[in-house]
Amino acid sequence: MSEVLSPKSKVQSRHFRAEKFDFWSFFFSGLTGLATLLIIGILAVILINIIVNGWQGFTWHFVSTIPKKDFFDIKTTGVLPMIIGTTFRVLVMTIFVIPVGVITAIYLTEYAPSNSLITRIIRAAVNNLAGVPSIVFGLFGLGFFINFIGKNMDVLLHNTGAVWGQPALIWASLTLAVMTVPVVIVATEESLKAIPPGLREASLALGATKLETILKIVLPQALPGIMTGGILAVSRAAGEVAPILFTGVAYYMASLPSHLSDQFMDLGYHVFVLSTQSPNIEQTRPILYATVLVLLVLTFALNIVAIIIRSNIRRKMRSLH
Amino acid sequence: MPRVAVAEAKPNLSPAAPFIEVESLSLFYGPSKALKNISVQLGEKVVTAFIGPSGCGKSTLLRCLNRMNDLIDSVRIEGAVKIGGHDIYSPDVDVIELRKRVGMVFQKSNPFPKSIYENVAYGLRLHGVKNKGELDAAVEKSLHQSALWDEVKDRLHSSALGLSGGQQQRLCIARAIAIRPEIILMDEPASALDPIATARIEELILELKKDFTIVIVTHNMQQAARISDFTAFFYIGELIEFDNTAKIFTNPSKKQTEDYVTGRFG
Repeated sequence: MSEVLSPKSKVQSRHFRAEKFDFWSFFFSGLTGLATLLIIGILAVILINIIVNGWQGFTWHFVSTIPKKDFFDIKTTGVLPMIIGTTFRVLVMTIFVIPVGVITAIYLTEYAPSNSLITRIIRAAVNNLAGVPSIVFGLFGLGFFINFIGKNMDVLLHNTGAVWGQPALIWASLTLAVMTVPVVIVATEESLKAIPPGLREASLALGATKLETILKIVLPQALPGIMTGGILAVSRAAGEVAPILFTGVAYYMASLPSHLSDQFMDLGYHVFVLSTQSPNIEQTRPILYATVLVLLVLTFALNIVAIIIRSNIRRKMRSLH
Repeated sequence: MPRVAVAEAKPNLSPAAPFIEVESLSLFYGPSKALKNISVQLGEKVVTAFIGPSGCGKSTLLRCLNRMNDLIDSVRIEGAVKIGGHDIYSPDVDVIELRKRVGMVFQKSNPFPKSIYENVAYGLRLHGVKNKGELDAAVEKSLHQSALWDEVKDRLHSSALGLSGGQQQRLCIARAIAIRPEIILMDEPASALDPIATARIEELILELKKDFTIVIVTHNMQQAARISDFTAFFYIGELIEFDNTAKIFTNPSKKQTEDYVTGRFG
């Protein structure tokens, strides 16, 4: 524009100011920018602090060694059992939480009559479940899964001594599943609602039953959204310590967990242990940072795997089927 | 507004062998009565058009013929709809079987996000066809019959969503006829399409009526006049007049019908 208006000007201005300077627009843009910087800044501070202090301890030896009972010696300690424990409990949780969450969401979206009492009760329950403090889930897990279900399983199976009626991987995973199921339900519901009703109608008009329509048309379309729910559940569960305190985590195990009835060690809990039980905090600090770094890397890795799977699904959906 | 042009007037005949018989059908959405005591008999292998202003109940009646209104919670039906002599609302009727015999094409084309082949094969697979040879043959036949084969034969396994609007609608027709229904219900199938695509759909309907009974809801009176043999005119939930298309458009019995087809209202 300026080129036309002032052809003699050597400076080619490419900006065309349509309006005069508006203070409030600038102010709010500035606030948004500041907020963004603040959030990135906080994340950067946390990450940089952890990486700078932890990377030296993050060695192959560290992540592949089963430590002896004394974890406070940086030369001999390791976090392999904690990595295995955290990974297993998250994976077992996923096996339970995804089916339950998806089926509940399907019921709420596809089957439940819109305003019935049962629907409202279920929704209220899901919402309230999301607000329960994590430690309460831990106590619930102890009281219900271990003391009720586990002990009764032992009786029914005629086990001598407590096999299921004590803290175990399965109970911790189930407790985590109960805790994260609202997230999966909501994510699944959102993705189900995003599917246009015309697709369901077309399927039904061809003589499909409702169930066939859900299995063949609706669920495949909703898969990326379901995976998002799974990713959110995994992210939350990997870092939670309170729910596993009474339900499965152990201060020390000499070997890796191999059965669902075994206890396990955990990265998050280990951070707590290192912070509070250490005889020499100076010596322990590098181990602590390294453990935290491993936890972050593990959570990140689990998420990346899930995200890659989800984007593969999306890509396949976009092209041919 | 000039009278709608119609091909030579056919003699006044009710459908010789009534195939679809609607008997005193009323439909309620909760407390409000959307269809008021409709009785009409539609013939086999002819095209019947439902016309009328918006909200007159023509789509609602169409959806009664394959019981798609069952999907709406608050709907209640009184009366009967007989197809081939049997009331489709009687308790022993299997809705799945009904919808195999009575197919539907919707106003907004709704292909599945699958390949063209899988769209057409969907209904066949639902009803148990597994043999690849059978599926291939049926898919090809349906795509030929819906005038889409030449355009898609080289890309059967590419996504259906990559087709144009008119092609998608013809795909939906192919999908519907693949399972060989006896009746095809069309709810304003061309209203979302440009004139050329619309003309192709209309040609298609005239071809299809050799093998299928077709009931089409349309806002477009010229379309009804062009392609239908019989026309039913509805107004606020009531059937005002039902007759040969030629008679409806050239010499209707009721004044309301005449007002509508000459464009005086609606």
